[in-house]
Amino acid sequence: MWESVIGLEIHVQLNTKSKIFSPASTDFGAPQNTQACAIDLGMPGVLPVLNEEAVIMAVKFGIAVGSDILDNSIFARKNYFYPDLPKGYQISQYEIPIVSGGCMEIITNGKSKTINLTRAHLEEDAGKSIHDLYPNESAIDLNRAGTPLIEIVSEPEMANAEEAVQYLKNIHSLVRYLGISDGNMQEGSFRCDANISLKKKGSDILGTRAEIKNINSFKYVESAINHEIERQTLILDRGDKVTQETRLYDPSKNETRSMRSKVEANDYRYFPDPDLLPISIDQDLIKSIKDNMPELPSAKKTRFIDQYGLNEYDTIILVSDRDLSEYFENVLEDSNLNPKMTANWIITEVLALAKKTYLSVKDYPVTSDNLRDLLLYVMDETISSKQAKEVFERMWENKENPRDIIENEGMKQISDINELDKIVDNIIKNNYKSVKEYQSGKDKLLGFFVGQVMKETKGQGNPKIVNQLLKEKLKK
Amino acid sequence: MDTIKFQRSLTNMHNKTVSELKKYIKEKEISSLELTKHFIDRVKNIDTQLNSFVSITEEYAITQAKKIDLEISKGEVRPLAGIPLAQKDIFCTKDLKTTCGSRMLENFISPYDATVVEKLNHAGMVIIGKTNMDEFAMGSSNETSYFGEVKNPWNTEYVPGGSSGGSAASVAARLVPCSTGTDTGGSIRQPASLTGVCGIKPTYGRVSRYGMIAFASSLDQAGVFTRTAEDCAILLTHISGYDPKDSTSSRKEVPDYEKECKKKFTNMVIGIPTEFLDGLDDEVKEVFEENVKVLEKNGCTFKNISLQSSKLGVSAYQVVAPAECSSNLSRFDGVRFGHRADSVKNIDDLYKKSRSEGFGQEVKRRILIGTYALSAGYYDAYYLKAQKIRKVISNEFEQAFKEVDLILGPTAPDCAFKLGEKTNDPIAMYLSDVFTVSTNLAGLPAMSLPMGFKNNLPLGLQIIGNHFDESKILSLAHHYQQITDWHLKKPEISGD
Repeated sequence: MWESVIGLEIHVQLNTKSKIFSPASTDFGAPQNTQACAIDLGMPGVLPVLNEEAVIMAVKFGIAVGSDILDNSIFARKNYFYPDLPKGYQISQYEIPIVSGGCMEIITNGKSKTINLTRAHLEEDAGKSIHDLYPNESAIDLNRAGTPLIEIVSEPEMANAEEAVQYLKNIHSLVRYLGISDGNMQEGSFRCDANISLKKKGSDILGTRAEIKNINSFKYVESAINHEIERQTLILDRGDKVTQETRLYDPSKNETRSMRSKVEANDYRYFPDPDLLPISIDQDLIKSIKDNMPELPSAKKTRFIDQYGLNEYDTIILVSDRDLSEYFENVLEDSNLNPKMTANWIITEVLALAKKTYLSVKDYPVTSDNLRDLLLYVMDETISSKQAKEVFERMWENKENPRDIIENEGMKQISDINELDKIVDNIIKNNYKSVKEYQSGKDKLLGFFVGQVMKETKGQGNPKIVNQLLKEKLKK
Repeated sequence: MDTIKFQRSLTNMHNKTVSELKKYIKEKEISSLELTKHFIDRVKNIDTQLNSFVSITEEYAITQAKKIDLEISKGEVRPLAGIPLAQKDIFCTKDLKTTCGSRMLENFISPYDATVVEKLNHAGMVIIGKTNMDEFAMGSSNETSYFGEVKNPWNTEYVPGGSSGGSAASVAARLVPCSTGTDTGGSIRQPASLTGVCGIKPTYGRVSRYGMIAFASSLDQAGVFTRTAEDCAILLTHISGYDPKDSTSSRKEVPDYEKECKKKFTNMVIGIPTEFLDGLDDEVKEVFEENVKVLEKNGCTFKNISLQSSKLGVSAYQVVAPAECSSNLSRFDGVRFGHRADSVKNIDDLYKKSRSEGFGQEVKRRILIGTYALSAGYYDAYYLKAQKIRKVISNEFEQAFKEVDLILGPTAPDCAFKLGEKTNDPIAMYLSDVFTVSTNLAGLPAMSLPMGFKNNLPLGLQIIGNHFDESKILSLAHHYQQITDWHLKKPEISGD
């Protein structure tokens, strides 16, 4: 009966060194209000000066999604009062954004679909209000105030939560490929608002939408959208009308609730900011950005499939994270490792531990060089796959290199039967007395012989083979 | 300082120009400390009748003056070393209170110096005080200040004009050789006219706005008050120039205006907008026309021009300026600095009470007008239309400057009016700016200088130039002051 229509507004914090309109640092996690200068505090008389790095990043994004980069885009003031908005207005872009149009391809259930972008514009982030620090007062941290953002607005073209999440993931992956954002969702560097409405199946007329604000994880986006679709379906099924409003998603209760209705909506009184000139974009800048564009996820995916013979499923996992794809290629580098086996290892072993220890690629304790060495040991059968997993766990835990672990633990094996055969023969020959005792039933002495062999092989004898050989030979 | 032998007596130093004082200090004929004390004494003695200062910064000034004297004794002479100055209380000063004429900022000390302050400090000037002004520069009579009205030195029953009324009055009464001002719709030129001093508002972007508390950002421009055109030129050279902290400041090179204004005067073609004289007060018109004759005799060619749309200037201004002010003044919310109301119930209450208590009536009026003009459904009819008028006005000036070098007219429609006369009639008050607002809307430089009297109250002559033509304006003004003596007249209150 109903079809859902979803559009997303994604706020991406740009990882510039300094803020969009001030020289203050943008580093996350500094003590409260230590990274807010007079400009961020909105002190009387201060003026904003545009950080060109932010402009370059916005242009990079625009080029990557095939948008038009608009020359002379304009900053506008969005006026509203809020304690963590120091100036009483947010500097944003309204009528003319820097990036217009563009699109993003998504694949869900094996089917490809193109989601069109409306625009992307530059703006400043607000500070943070902290309501749980003091019993009857709110605190304000302005470290975040003035952090550059691009707000990426899609057309209402996604049909369900799955598509929305995929689109969100693709944008997330893209901004990280472009190196314009760390995409850290916990820290709020990447967050989204979802516009959801229902329309009659097959109809072109969009229904009334609700906007769910500030959702900061893929999982929450999925459940918030699904929940909202359910809520609107119930309303429409019983013949009522959906109210146009802003809603908040509460992950602890898995529900959305009304924040403010259209009637109470702010009139932001946008007007061009007289303190800032239109952003002039040099064509040379666009050219140089184009020339220096990194390989983007879609191109990398095609290449991985062609070059390494990987399947699509594995490729998508590796390519979704720029760092992971680079990790993979670094492991392979200048080696004769099997790419499929390497990909498997990363996807199963590495990602499992990474998930368990909440580490991102940059923080992996196992470097790509060390993982390569480990896999080479497996490949040349120095150690078994099973041992390799043990070694890997220790590498992850202690940042050791595989050689040390294998050697210290005697895991590096002499599996050559001929070589071991000679050594075992020698030991039996030189320990006549013990052999006799063993043969007379003192089974425990096997350990002694194993020890002797290990001593001779400096601990490198493959214990399985050594045991087997000793048992066989001592029977005689 | 005892090592310096001062040959010049301090009596009459207040009648000297910046240009003269510069020489005396450089030649070690006077010390900065003596000069500073002399002017501070004058402020203390005379300003009780005028209220042109919000604060006298004695301790600070004496420290500065001593520092400058020490430098001079070592042979380091900054270009404006040791000359006392008053800063309009709209310029942020790191060590001194900056009130902007408002209760909102009654005890506010800025964490940084405005660029204009920094530049003049760097040039060696000594700030002896911060001058009174209309609250947040909103007013044309200096009656909206939280710190009380400023009186006109020529007759203390009259207004000095506004918003830079304190800066103008203090120079007129010779409490200080020069002062700074800001001009959004005439706030330098109109008080200069009403108090009989020189005041220049440079081209928009010529002087950095950083640290100047914003009223209407697209119109605000800093300038100076002095008694002579030459002094205006000297100071302007020091405050002008590109500032990386102000994106709207111009990268255009700054000429040495002092040299420029003294260059041999060349024949200029001067336009007189017929609209400026239509319906003008008879006496003002007469004085103006006499001056035109004087200039004509001295090598200027006059031409009637038409600036039809300038009549719409006040209306457009009264939309654009409040619109920008409504946004600029949002930061005064009682949260981080400035006045904060006591015993509030919640955040909305904090905003409402702090702003209701902190702002005066005129400021509130303009915030309301501006908020309305920007509101959904009214934006096109007001803000956008005003911006279109602005463009039309700019184009008219552009056309005019194809035919003339400068435009001349009276600065204000009349001489100073009585205190309280227009306080209940905002429209009449806004019309005091009828000849000045258009230049702000077009971003053009303009200057007012004394041209005569009506009822023993000064009248100002306004010279408007094309963008970055300050040199031409100052040249005409300087030339005019070589052949007239209006700028030498002084009010009785200033004494000998």
